[in-house]
Amino acid sequence: MPNNPTPLQDVYAEPAESHKVHAALTRSSTGSEDLRELGSGLDSLQSDAVRKARIDWTRILLPIAAIAVLIVIWQFYVSLGIKRRDLVPGPLDVLAQMGTLWGEGKVQEAVWTSLQRGLVGFLISVAIATPIGLLLAQVAPLRRAFGPLISGLQVLPSVAWVPAAIIWFGLTDATVYFVVFMGAIPSIINGLISGVDQIPPQYRSVGTVLGASRLQMALQIVLPAALPGYLGGLKQGWAFSWRSLMAAEIIAVGGTIGFGLGSMLDQGRILSDMSVVMSAILLILAVGILIELLVFAPIEKRLLRSRGLLAGSTR
Amino acid sequence: MPVVLENLGKRFGDGAPVLDDVNASIAKGEFVALLGASGCGKSTLLNIMAGLELPTSGALEVPSDGAAFMFQDSALFPWLTARENVELALKLRGVGRSERRVKANELLELVHLAEAGDKRPHELSGGMRQRVALARSLAQDRQLLLMDEPFAALDAITRDLLHDELERIWKETGRTIVFVTHNVREAVRLGQRVLLLSSRPGRVVQEWNVTEEHRTDAGLAGQLTGVITARLREEIRRHAK
Repeated sequence: MPNNPTPLQDVYAEPAESHKVHAALTRSSTGSEDLRELGSGLDSLQSDAVRKARIDWTRILLPIAAIAVLIVIWQFYVSLGIKRRDLVPGPLDVLAQMGTLWGEGKVQEAVWTSLQRGLVGFLISVAIATPIGLLLAQVAPLRRAFGPLISGLQVLPSVAWVPAAIIWFGLTDATVYFVVFMGAIPSIINGLISGVDQIPPQYRSVGTVLGASRLQMALQIVLPAALPGYLGGLKQGWAFSWRSLMAAEIIAVGGTIGFGLGSMLDQGRILSDMSVVMSAILLILAVGILIELLVFAPIEKRLLRSRGLLAGSTR
Repeated sequence: MPVVLENLGKRFGDGAPVLDDVNASIAKGEFVALLGASGCGKSTLLNIMAGLELPTSGALEVPSDGAAFMFQDSALFPWLTARENVELALKLRGVGRSERRVKANELLELVHLAEAGDKRPHELSGGMRQRVALARSLAQDRQLLLMDEPFAALDAITRDLLHDELERIWKETGRTIVFVTHNVREAVRLGQRVLLLSSRPGRVVQEWNVTEEHRTDAGLAGQLTGVITARLREEIRRHAK
């Protein structure tokens, strides 16, 4: 049987002056109040002071400066006159062309058509890929069976599906969406699986000890723990959606497929108008950068900061 | 008797047994320190008591509702605040939403961390994290609390304080605690009983009682530490080639 625990008052009753501190072997504090005080002193010594966040202008100015330098180099190369102007237009020519296209309303139409398709396709891909990824990551036989196939699908360029899609669905939106799905879904699934693989095994032990059921384990522990990897998968999934979409729009032109950025690019090729081609490329790039800066970067930063993973990174 | 171990054995695959013929019984409300050199299977024994692993032979009696468990590193979830970590344990136990909040605050107050409830684990020091982990394991509301070297990674000053804290909380909550450690002083400081586990295979080879006098008389405690250390070294020397 246990020794009867001595009541607190008796144990800590000795006056502080007469108490010899032999830390490690005997009680090192002289009572409940003393203990609380020592503890809170140690806590404040070991906690970091709160740091105020400021706007870091280098974050905004450096990328702009980098773009300015590239444009200056471009203009300089063009002004050397090595190539014909209609083959290599300068930045000002492209800007003028973009102005004309904007005036005709083509820029707005193309960006809107593509962006809307890209986002809808991406969101549907997320909705399909997330449960599949979670299931594959949690159920070993399923993963063994389908894992290699999913990895393989990620390697297969989704452009390869365009001919098949045209044969099955004709020149309709379904073709475009099908190609987007085949690009985005495997990469989101893979991102989620690798996120789950990187969870410290202890988290699952904690879940088991706390009495989590299989579903609770998946939703309350595995999914939030895998979030950084999952977000990486989502980013890649978006990149694959956007690329697949452009490929599909370039190849499948006409029918009920509207006028997107890929179509604009193809039109420039048919007309042999290099400034249209360059305008379309720059617009495709700009949309990609904006989505990264306005959507993914803030989410990722918040996620990493809240988990204490941001310190020391060059972000 | 909340915990009874009878001829318990464990081996992984075809390897040599990690645990062999472990016998022990632990009374309700008792604080037992399980002492052994690194690699003697004490964590395995704890995992078996927690139901995380199964024994390969022998019998084992633990409370039917299972045990609370505290890990060597705090194993707090980094995406939750300190309070939410405690609340998750309550939630998985089926405690209602409003009651969870109140109970979590009570538990944080018990480990003297009432003000740190909204902080994330990475904003807390190692000692504070272990106290949150202790609050979380208390949130499980199990009579039996298993602790796997919970203070091993802390600095000496913090560890001494947490020993005092743990003793206080043990007395306030009346839990049965099995505390695994490789540190003889820690075992003597905390345990009412110290069980020494031999290495390869692990087996309880000797036990000592630690009385209330040892808590205040450093000379007496030092003497007992010396005796246990000598016995532990003898166990380790057996494995010299």
